[in-house]
Amino acid sequence: MNWTLALPEILLAVSGLVILLACVIPKQDTAYGGSMAVIGALLGAAILVLMQDDGTAFSGQYIADPFGRFMKLLCLAGAAATLLLAIDFNEREKLARFEFPLLALFATTGMMVMISANDLMSVYIGLELLSLPLYVIAAFNRDSGRSAEAGLKYFVLGALASGLLLYGTSLVYGFAGSTNFDKLAEAFAPGQPVSAGVVVGLVFVIAGLAFKASAVPFHMWTPDVYEGAPTPVTAFFAAAPKVAAIALIVRVLTGPFADLSDQWQQVLLLISAASMLLGSFAAIGQRNIKRLMAYSSIGHVGYALMGLSVDTDVGVRGVLIYMAIYLIMNVGTFAVLVSMRRQGKSVELIDDLAGLGRSHPGTAMWMAIFMFSMAGVPPLAGFFGKLYVFLAAMQAGYLWLALIGVGTSVIGGYYYLRIIKVMYFDSTEQPLDAATPGVGLVMAGSGLFNVLFILWPAPLIGAAQLAVAALVG
Amino acid sequence: MNPGFPLLSLLTFLPLVGAAIILSVRGEEKVVAQNARWTALWTSIIVFLLSLALWFGFDKSSAEFQFTEEVDWLPDFGIGYHMGVDGLSVLFVLLSTALTPLCILASWESIGTRVREYMISFLVLETMMVGMFCALDLVLFYVFFEGVLIPMFLIIGVWGGPRRVYAAMKFFLYTLAGSVLMLLAILWLWYNAGTTDIPELFAYEVPRAVQGWLFFAFLASFAVKVPMWPVHTWLPDAHVEAPTAGSVILAGVLLKMGAYGFLRFSLPLLPFASAEYAPLIFTLSVVAVIYTSLVALAQQDMKKLIAYSSVAHMGIVTLGIFTFTPQGMSGAIFTMLAHGVVSGALFLCVGVVYDRVHSREIARYGGVAKVMPGYALLFMLFTMASIGLPGTANFVGEFLVIIAAWKVNPWVAGGGATGMILGAAYMLYLYRRVIFGKLEKPDLRVLLDLSAREYVVFAPLVVLTIWMGIYPSSFLSFFETSVAALLARHEAALNVAKLAGM
Repeated sequence: MNWTLALPEILLAVSGLVILLACVIPKQDTAYGGSMAVIGALLGAAILVLMQDDGTAFSGQYIADPFGRFMKLLCLAGAAATLLLAIDFNEREKLARFEFPLLALFATTGMMVMISANDLMSVYIGLELLSLPLYVIAAFNRDSGRSAEAGLKYFVLGALASGLLLYGTSLVYGFAGSTNFDKLAEAFAPGQPVSAGVVVGLVFVIAGLAFKASAVPFHMWTPDVYEGAPTPVTAFFAAAPKVAAIALIVRVLTGPFADLSDQWQQVLLLISAASMLLGSFAAIGQRNIKRLMAYSSIGHVGYALMGLSVDTDVGVRGVLIYMAIYLIMNVGTFAVLVSMRRQGKSVELIDDLAGLGRSHPGTAMWMAIFMFSMAGVPPLAGFFGKLYVFLAAMQAGYLWLALIGVGTSVIGGYYYLRIIKVMYFDSTEQPLDAATPGVGLVMAGSGLFNVLFILWPAPLIGAAQLAVAALVG
Repeated sequence: MNPGFPLLSLLTFLPLVGAAIILSVRGEEKVVAQNARWTALWTSIIVFLLSLALWFGFDKSSAEFQFTEEVDWLPDFGIGYHMGVDGLSVLFVLLSTALTPLCILASWESIGTRVREYMISFLVLETMMVGMFCALDLVLFYVFFEGVLIPMFLIIGVWGGPRRVYAAMKFFLYTLAGSVLMLLAILWLWYNAGTTDIPELFAYEVPRAVQGWLFFAFLASFAVKVPMWPVHTWLPDAHVEAPTAGSVILAGVLLKMGAYGFLRFSLPLLPFASAEYAPLIFTLSVVAVIYTSLVALAQQDMKKLIAYSSVAHMGIVTLGIFTFTPQGMSGAIFTMLAHGVVSGALFLCVGVVYDRVHSREIARYGGVAKVMPGYALLFMLFTMASIGLPGTANFVGEFLVIIAAWKVNPWVAGGGATGMILGAAYMLYLYRRVIFGKLEKPDLRVLLDLSAREYVVFAPLVVLTIWMGIYPSSFLSFFETSVAALLARHEAALNVAKLAGM
């Protein structure tokens, strides 16, 4: 048995246990050391991912391929960056406990298992391993009513989604006779009759996965949880788990169910269009910036799924490029949000950003870059993300979907611009505090990526191309 | 200059180097502001001097793209970094590089807050403008075309007038909404033609059934940018609220992007649709000319008046382009250049009194000639030029366009000519109310005439206005060959279809 393929996951799980022990035993505060150890473990896992061979392990439950590597690296990078943001915030908010990075570590392990899943069982195990820590860290600020509410809401709705997924899985298993992706692909090969039970099961599976990606109509939890959870937790939610969920949707739909695309394509078209529309319209009236980012992320998931819903290689490649750019934009934006504090107190209204252009020109400049990039204005990276999914939609003949996409990106432009307006055009008597160096570093790194992507896009696009080739075969 | 030298890239990206230098300056605010001003001025002057190599090195007898550069950017997708200029674009590059130093000089004292950011925005804007006129790849073109929005949005929104936020938002969203439709057209061309390289695309024949759709997608973007009636409403707002130099660039260069787009993409790529929908463009243009001239007549705000006159002049430009005659197109390009110089100068004229009195209301003025004779003289020159007095820049272009329009349809020519008459009415009316009359307002008595810095700003514009009026062929000769080639290709495409139809 070639269990060595799963070394990155094994490393994460084992180091999680070791760090847990090492942090529990000493009497003094171990939060900082714990965070650093976890970030180290994530980097170690990233190196192992890069060295990984292709193949399957654990009786076909686990698969290692370029697609998985691409997505895992994104998740690891996203998780590490958001943990870096959390260290300082947690200390100031008196949330600095070693459990936080550890839970994030276990969630990340869950993401890796999800991405490498080659069986509906490992899909479920990965998803639960991701979800349980997330429920806890959503309520991590346990003295705050809003945080507790966020955790509870997420838990109840998440449990429902897991139920849907399991029910779908059991239906698929019942009608197809296997949970293994390769065997399912054979069972659904063209020419075989498609039973209604499989279709129902498939729809339930999609519903469960769409919940994790917070795509409309399974998005209801997103704004409340994003708003209630502590800001670094929101940053974590918006980055890595989203990438993992999208990766899983791509893996499931283009793998075992590839030949049932007639059945799932219309569902995804609808989800994508609805997410884009809701994401852009609902964000207009928001005053809390974390809530706004929740709707913005719903919209971005819509754009990403546009690439998948047109069911072409170019489209899937668009999804990968989009998610990579989305992740980096989002980490940068949340770096700014984490640093939003006035006289030591964390604030999160859009109006609190007023006058930032004058008091902290550097932070304001990066934030403006992220906002223009999210709005899809060239020459920033966000434009290229949209470019590739729109291209895929046009190429596959889905002009209406592309039209919805460009229409909603103009509407989205309005609320991203509003943030820039508040930062640069409005003024305030009480400026925000300066960002700390660590947070500034994340901002600058992400901002430079957004600005410079245009100069050297080939590596990311080439890697995405390679990943898609492995997936579609 | 040796052929391998990347002159256009240098022109495009040198301003960014200046911006980076300004960005790295630290220290006391006053010192930083002064440093930023000088760095921006020198950067833009150096760019202008380098761009003169285009003026002297450009081969006017050739319709080919010159000074071309090609680098692989995304070879898998057929997207390259391809720059080059032909007769249609070369003078616009020069116009952009010439206006930028003047704008920076004009903002020397009137911009007192956040000077550093202002100068950075202007230099980034210059990069985007020059890049847009040089881009020979659709995606690259789109990147620059849209990229212009970012610095301009900030210039209007941060340093603008009282309603600046509304104006900046309107400007951005109007233009973005138009552009995304063009993006879809670009994507269509991309995957159907397999390339985004503009010279290669000229060889690709777009199916006739699709041409209409693509034409309207491009029209959505260019019409907003030109702007054509009825999507011109962002322009008066943006002009009124923008700082003086912002208005100059807006009128001088940004409005030309739309018309340039028609010449570069709509006509050569979509010959049938262009011919088919020419009457539509004529109608919109004539409506724009007459309607906005009448609106201008009723304005109380100097900048708004000139903004509406810009819409009218751009109506003449679109009229000329869609006549598909050498006179019409040359006239249109000439009008664009002349309008860039003259309306830029007029906005600067408004800026001069605005800096002193802090009002743009026409009724606030009167009898200014008595205290500012030098200013009155310059203002008169540019007023006459805007009206189209023979011997000044605008006359040549408008005359050519009206002749060409007459050949196509006398009614259209009549409509365009009415606009010129109305133009004389509103400009003279403006001039009379501001400059002549009794000097009654007490605070106007103490106005100082133009300073040396202001004379320096106006001098090149005066020279250009008269030079273009008296010896137009030194400009016309740049684009005559390219216009002829464009028309020949256009007619050939139509003829092939006619033969096939028989």
